[in-house]
This record gives sequence, structure tokens and C-alpha cells, in this order.
Amino acid sequence: MTRLPYLKLVLATLAFGTVLSVVMLIPNWFGEEGSTAAPEIDRLLDVTIILSSYIFAGVCVALGYALIKWRVKPGDESDGLPIHGNTKLEIIWTMIPLVIVLGLGAYSWIVLDDIEAKDNDAQIINVYSQQFAWTFGYPEEGNKWSEGELHVPVDRQAIFKLNAQDVLHSFWVPEWRIKKDNVPGITTEAVVTPDKIGHYQIVCTELCGFGHATMRALVVVESEADFAKWVKGLSQEVPQTLELTADQALKVEQEAQAKEGGIGGSGVDETGKDNVDQS
Amino acid sequence: MAMAIRQPGWYRGAIGTLLGAAFGFFLVIGLRALMGLDIYQTEQTGYPHIVVPLITAPFGFLFGLGAFDYWFRWAAGKPTIPEDHSGHGATKWQDYFKFNTDHKVIGTQYVVTTMFFFLIGGLLALMMRAELAQPGSQIVAANTFNGLFSTHAVIMIFLFVIPVFAGLANYVLPLMIGAPDMAFPRLNALSFWLLPIAGVIFISSFLAPGGAFDAGWTGYAPLSTGAPLGQSFFNIGVQFAGASSIATALNFLVTIITMRAPGMNLWRMPLLVWANMSTSLLVVGATPFIAGAQFMVLLDRVLGMNFFEFLEGGDVLSYQHIFWFYSHPAVYIMMLPGFGIVSEIISTHARKPVFGYRLMALALIGIVVLSYSVWAHHMFVAGMFDWLRVPIMITTMLIAVPTGIKIFSWLGTLFYGKIHVYSTAMLFALAFIVTFTIGGISGVMLGMIPIDIHVSDTYFIVAHIHFVLFGGSVFTIFAGIYHWFPKMTGRMYDEKLGRVHFWGTVIGTWGTFVPMHWIGMDGMPRRVADYASQYGDWNLFISVFAFILGSVQLVFFYNMIVSWRFGPKAGDNPWRSNTIEWQVSSPPPVFNFDEIPRVVGGPYEFGTPGARHAIMGGETPADIPEPKPTTVTAPS
Ligand code: HEM
Ligand SMILES: [Cu+2]
Ligand SMILES: [Cu+2]
Repeated sequence: MTRLPYLKLVLATLAFGTVLSVVMLIPNWFGEEGSTAAPEIDRLLDVTIILSSYIFAGVCVALGYALIKWRVKPGDESDGLPIHGNTKLEIIWTMIPLVIVLGLGAYSWIVLDDIEAKDNDAQIINVYSQQFAWTFGYPEEGNKWSEGELHVPVDRQAIFKLNAQDVLHSFWVPEWRIKKDNVPGITTEAVVTPDKIGHYQIVCTELCGFGHATMRALVVVESEADFAKWVKGLSQEVPQTLELTADQALKVEQEAQAKEGGIGGSGVDETGKDNVDQS
Repeated sequence: MAMAIRQPGWYRGAIGTLLGAAFGFFLVIGLRALMGLDIYQTEQTGYPHIVVPLITAPFGFLFGLGAFDYWFRWAAGKPTIPEDHSGHGATKWQDYFKFNTDHKVIGTQYVVTTMFFFLIGGLLALMMRAELAQPGSQIVAANTFNGLFSTHAVIMIFLFVIPVFAGLANYVLPLMIGAPDMAFPRLNALSFWLLPIAGVIFISSFLAPGGAFDAGWTGYAPLSTGAPLGQSFFNIGVQFAGASSIATALNFLVTIITMRAPGMNLWRMPLLVWANMSTSLLVVGATPFIAGAQFMVLLDRVLGMNFFEFLEGGDVLSYQHIFWFYSHPAVYIMMLPGFGIVSEIISTHARKPVFGYRLMALALIGIVVLSYSVWAHHMFVAGMFDWLRVPIMITTMLIAVPTGIKIFSWLGTLFYGKIHVYSTAMLFALAFIVTFTIGGISGVMLGMIPIDIHVSDTYFIVAHIHFVLFGGSVFTIFAGIYHWFPKMTGRMYDEKLGRVHFWGTVIGTWGTFVPMHWIGMDGMPRRVADYASQYGDWNLFISVFAFILGSVQLVFFYNMIVSWRFGPKAGDNPWRSNTIEWQVSSPPPVFNFDEIPRVVGGPYEFGTPGARHAIMGGETPADIPEPKPTTVTAPS
């Protein structure tokens, strides 16, 4: 049994892996960065790409070497060496991936905690989604309502409270790298700190019906002053029906039914108040 | 004629279908009339007078076909014929259209049927790619497009990948373990016949008012609970496909556990057997969850129950938990049998024992255990409890370890081997290693929560699923079909056409699915009929390669059909393999073995002079030490 040219194989893997990772790092895969989370996530991606390149290179080099070295000559009907395994090697190739994935897992966890950390001065913004439109409420600005256009001040954290009125939708601004589903019946949350002034787009990424592909909204990240001016220009308040939680909506429905049956009482006001207290 | 109608078969099947449908229909309208309701309920989620017949008609069909005759006779205490082999074996092509209890006939029925559905699923994919070749709407409306990707995925998953593996194993596995048949031959036949039923239901949903089901193969509530009638076709079709899977898996488990030839202990089982045992453990444990999820949706839709109606106290997210508790294990149901196939092929064509055989088997079991604990990685952005994400991320990433063991051990098998690459099966197995590695790597990326937050529900996901399902499962399916084609048909396929098919498929797969990673990361969401014009060029590129990929499959079909009929005789063991199925004639005798073989060693004893895996009936002990030189018919 000939000894394997370990050094050559390792060097080939390193060389191929390096070339691969350099090539793979040149394109800007995720596109423009527009939030404080983006560079962190992109760095995580870069690290993953580098590690993956070497692993992929290792597989290719091993396969290529085996195919060149041990491809049979025509007419050779004999068998290969009866090697059944190698415990040391098997332990190594169990442990190395184990360490790599646990490392990547730990790194991911750190990044996750970072990008989800909340600031004290964060602004709460309510996001309402329904087939196939986005609208936004600004509870800190007199509960003003904006249809189809989301404005946020730059460099201030926004905590989006996501609601869905009919089916699932998903809130995604690719430049922010943040995505979260809007789930009927519950309020979910997305934390973003936009750090670049500009115009972006909300893309709905959860299949929501025939208009799913066109369910977009404009995002404007602007200076604090511009934002203040824009909010002031909003005239409407968030319609009451959008504000109800599932429980409250249920109550309203039941009470409406009860009213039809002759028992009076207006639950809407009460529940409306409840809701303001909650948020 | 009157005779033909009473005999089990297609006449009686047609009548049974009609009677079953009529029974369901009149049951519904009768009950509604009794209760003083409108006779017909035609709100979009309702239509009980169609939904119920959709369940009863298939039972009428199965009864007519003869699926229950024996059991009914037995249950009624009437005499049965214990050794009734009238439904066993096939002598003419018509026998393949009957309720047949021979595992080899059933295996062939499975493979041919599923290949037919592969063709249909592929055509649906090409329709999508035609629409997506340019931004804007050209060929189909958005609604229809949603129906296309939903039916495409459902047909590919439930009527192609999952059952084709069951079909291959049905043929090969009993032979491999030296068993005369599967443990429950009649249940086996029933499992097969449930499949075309599911297929017909899925496809006929295109005829339903409102069009085919269009909430994706995931059928998330509440989109699915409020969708038009077609969605109920999905809910019901899945029950038939799922019942088929579960019954087959039980059959495999009992067969593997109780019917191995004497001497075949667990550590002498070929890895294909290990793989199918692992898969069956997943199917039996997980499939009831999707059946349950779809029943709950159906009940919400038709009976107005409120499992997922958020306005009535239902919980939308619980659908996803139940769904993925099946559908994550399902991705391994679609991969583990392929792992088994690849192990057999690589060992045979490298003329070497599988490297680290025991660890390979344990890795399969490890994947089974882990894959029950990772379902929620499909829900990182779904709004479920935050605390569940990190534990699920860890278990998800851990699956990479046993998967890595498999890849490295296949490479280890090649080292110091004598690698033959003349067989198309081996080419697909080798290409699988490389392509599946990419799919595995993108899978690890998706397991990392921050990356998944960005790319989930984008084309990156579409790229990932196709790298694992096409570059993974389908490559191994092709490998398996080419490998056992000579055994199943007794004839050799054309290696030249095999090569054309192989290279076309590899180039087509990479060309189609690699760029999807890029446009996905850059911001193109999945499940869209239209997209921002900046992705136009790449989408055109993808569509061109998709059509190459699609058309090259015609070469495969041509090769298989023509070789089955006219190919040169293959010989019993063209690949000089050790496992038992190769020691019998091609195709094997109707009852597999005159005398059950005796297993005396491991399945991959290449390179050890005199070592044997099994001693076949009729051999005297004197034969044992001398390994018979086998003839090779394939060119090298
Ligand atoms: C000719 C080869 C194939 C092509 C060109 C193709 C193309 C496509 C396209 C265009 C989509 C829709 C993507 C979207 O809009 O989100 C899709 C979805 C999908 N395909 Fe394929 N496909 C092929 C083969 C397969 C195979 C063999 C499988 C095996 C199971 C498969 C499984 C799926 C699944 C699970 C989805 C996801 C559907 C969903 O989002 O609900 N495909 N495919
Ligand atoms: Cu949407
Ligand atoms: Cu999964």
C-alpha cells in the first residue's frame, strides 16, 4: 500500500480552497447594506463562505485524486485493497465538522443577539399587512397612519410590530437583511437600525395569494428632521379595525352578533382603549 | 362480460369507482336534505358533495380492482387459498396493470408510475420556467402560476421522489436480504395502488372551480383554509399518498426485521437495507403528522372547525409546527434511500469494501434521531417563540456531522480502489457526491439563523431545495435505476446514451440551480410569477438551462424504453457485485430462490480472496472456498 502524498493533497486543497474563497468573496452577494445588522450578517456569511470553500475543495481534491490515481486500466478485473476503515481517520472526520458547526453555531448566536438587541430610544412602528398592501402606524406620533409608504429616521432603531389582517405575509427589506412573518392573530416583531439614507422596498416573502409578487411598499430612510416633517404631514389616524388584536376582533364580532340579536352595548370603544393601553 | 364484471379487474374497478362516488355524493346530499340544509354547499371552501366522493370513490376503485377480496373472504370466515399465487409474477405486460402481489412486479409498477409523474412534474416546471424567462406576465396569470409551483412540488415529492425509492427498494431489498417476498404482499400491492389514486386526485384539481391548489406544497394556513376547492384535492390526495408511504414503511420494517436470510445479522446487512430501515422509521413516525395537518385543514374548510381560524381562537403557527414535524423528516425520507444506493454503487464499482461500514450505518441512525429535532428551522422567521430558535439551530447544524461522515466515507471507499467509470450509474453516484456537498453546505448556511433571516423564502431556498432534491435525490434515483436496470429487465441499457443523459443532466442542473443562489441572496423572493427587471438576465439564463435539463431527460426515457425491449442480454451479474440480488438470474425467478441463501460474511468483501457474502441454495460446502470467476459483459 503506497503512502498517500498527504502534503500534496493538503496543499492542493488549500490552494483550491483559497482560489475558491477569493472568487466567492468578490461578488457582493447580499447587495447593498442599509442597517447596522447588515455588516454583521454579511461578515458571518463571508466566514461561512471561506470555511465552505475549503470543505468543498477538500471533497473535490479527494475525489479528483482518487479518480486519476485509481481509475482502472482497461482489462484490469482485480479488486481494490480490502480496507474496511480506519478508526483514527473516522474520528477525525467526525470531530472536525463537529467543531466547525459548533463554532459557526456559536458565532451565529452572538450575531443574532447583537442584531436583536433593543435600544432604549427605539421607535415603535406598527406594520399592518393585508392582501396585498402594507400600511404603517406611528403610535408615538399621535397614531398617524401611512398607506404604502414607510418612513423611518436614519440611525435610530425601529421596532416594527408586525400584524396581519387576513393571511400570512412577510416583512423583508433586503438591504436591512431583516425579515419576519406577519402572522394573523399574533403580533410579531422585527428590530432594525437603518443607517443609510435612501429609498428601499419592502418585499413580501410569504405566499399570500395571487397578488403576492406585487405586494411591495416604498421605504424611505431619511434624516430625523425630514422624518418629523413627513409625519406632521400625515392626516389620518390608524383605523380602529386595524388595531384590534385577534381576541378583541373576536369580541367585536360576537358583540355585533349579540346586537343583531337585540342586546345592546358598544364594545368597540372599550376594546379600542384597551388596545392603546397595551401598546 | 358479466363474468368480467364480477372478476377483480378494471371493469369492476370502473364500476366500483362510480358506485363509490355515487355513495359519497348521495350520502352528503341526503344528510343535508335530512337536516334541512341547502342541498349543495358551493362556497369556495365547501363543496362537501365533491369532497366526500373524492374519498369514497377511490375505495370503490380499490375494491373493484380486487385489493380487498382476500381480506374480505378471510374476515368473513370463507375459505381462502393459503398458497394462492394467482396474483404473483408477470408473464405479459397486462399483468402490470393488475393487483399483483409479487414484490418485483410491484417494484416495476412503482418505478414506471413514478417516472410518469416525474415527466408531468417536469412539464409543470418547464411551464414555470417559460413564464419566468422574462419579467412581466406572458404565459400564465399569477393565480395559475401559484397552482403550477404547488402541483409541481407536490407531484415531485409525493409521487416521484418518495415513492420511486420505495419502488426500487421493493424490487431489490427482498432479494438483497434473501427473502422470498415482502412480509405482507397484499398490503404491498395496496400501497402501490394508493399512489396513482393520489396522483389522479392532485392532477384533477386543475379541473376544480377556482383552479388547482395554489398555497404551495406547504399549504400554510390560513391561505389554505380559505382557498378554493382545489385545496381540498391536496388535503385528500396527501392522505392517499401518505397511507401508501406508511404501509410500505411498515412492510419494509417487518420484512427487514423478520425475513433476513439466516446468517445476515445487522452488521452484514447491505447499506441499502440500513438506509431503507432508517427511512421507514422516519416514515412511520412522521407521516401521520402531515396526514393530521391536512385533515385539520380539511375539517376547517368543510366542517367549519377552527383549528387554524385565528378569529375563532385557532392558532395559525401550530399548522407550521405540525406540518414541519413531518416535512423536515421528509427531506431525509427523500435522501436516505439515495445514500443507500450510492453506497452500493460506489463499493461495487470501486471494487472495495465500503469505508467505515459501521459508522456509515450509525450515521444513518444518527440522522434519523436528529431529524426529528430540527423541524422549526423552517420557522426561524415565522414568528414562533424566540427561545426555540437557538436549540433548533444547534441540532440542525449537528446533522451536518453524520452527513459529512457519509461523504467522507464514500471518498474513503474510492481510495485504493479499482475505479470503473464505464457505468452511468457510477457516474451519477460520483456527480452526486459533489452536487450534494453544495446542497449540504447551503443547508448549513440556512441553519445559521442570521443568514436564514435574510435568505428564507427567497430564490436561495429554491436553489437549495433543488440542489438537494435534484442534485441529491434525483441523481441517486438515476444511479439506482441504471444500476438495477439489468437485474430488473434482464437487459443492458445503452451506456453511450447514458453518458449523454448524464452530462446533460449535470450541466443542466448546475446551470439551472446555481444562479438561483445569487438572485435569491440579492433580493428575489420565491413563489413569484413576476420579478424586478434587474433579475431578467439571470432568469433567462436559468430558463435556458432548465429546458436543456428537461429535454435531456427524453434521452433517458428513450434509452430505458428501447433497451427494455431490445437491449442486449445483461447476464446475471454484470457489475460483479457480491450482494444476493446479483447471484440470481436476471430477471430473478418468480419466487426469488429455490432455497433460501445462507449469509456467511459482509456484503462488500471485495479484495479478500475467497471471502463470500452468501452461499446460494444448491451450492455444496465444497463450493465455498472457491470464489467463482464471474463473467463481465460490460465493456471497460
Ligand atoms: C427540470 C427540473 C426542475 C425545474 C426546472 C424546477 C423548477 C422549479 C421552479 C421554477 C419552482 C418554483 C420556484 C418558486 O417560484 O418559488 C420550483 C419549486 C419547487 N420544486 Fe422544482 N424544478 C425541477 C425539479 C424538481 C424536482 C426533481 C423536485 C423534487 C422533489 C422539485 C421540487 C420542488 C419544490 C419542493 C419546490 C417548492 C415549491 C414551493 O415553493 O411550494 N423540483 N421548481
Ligand atoms: Cu405575499
Ligand atoms: Cu428541514
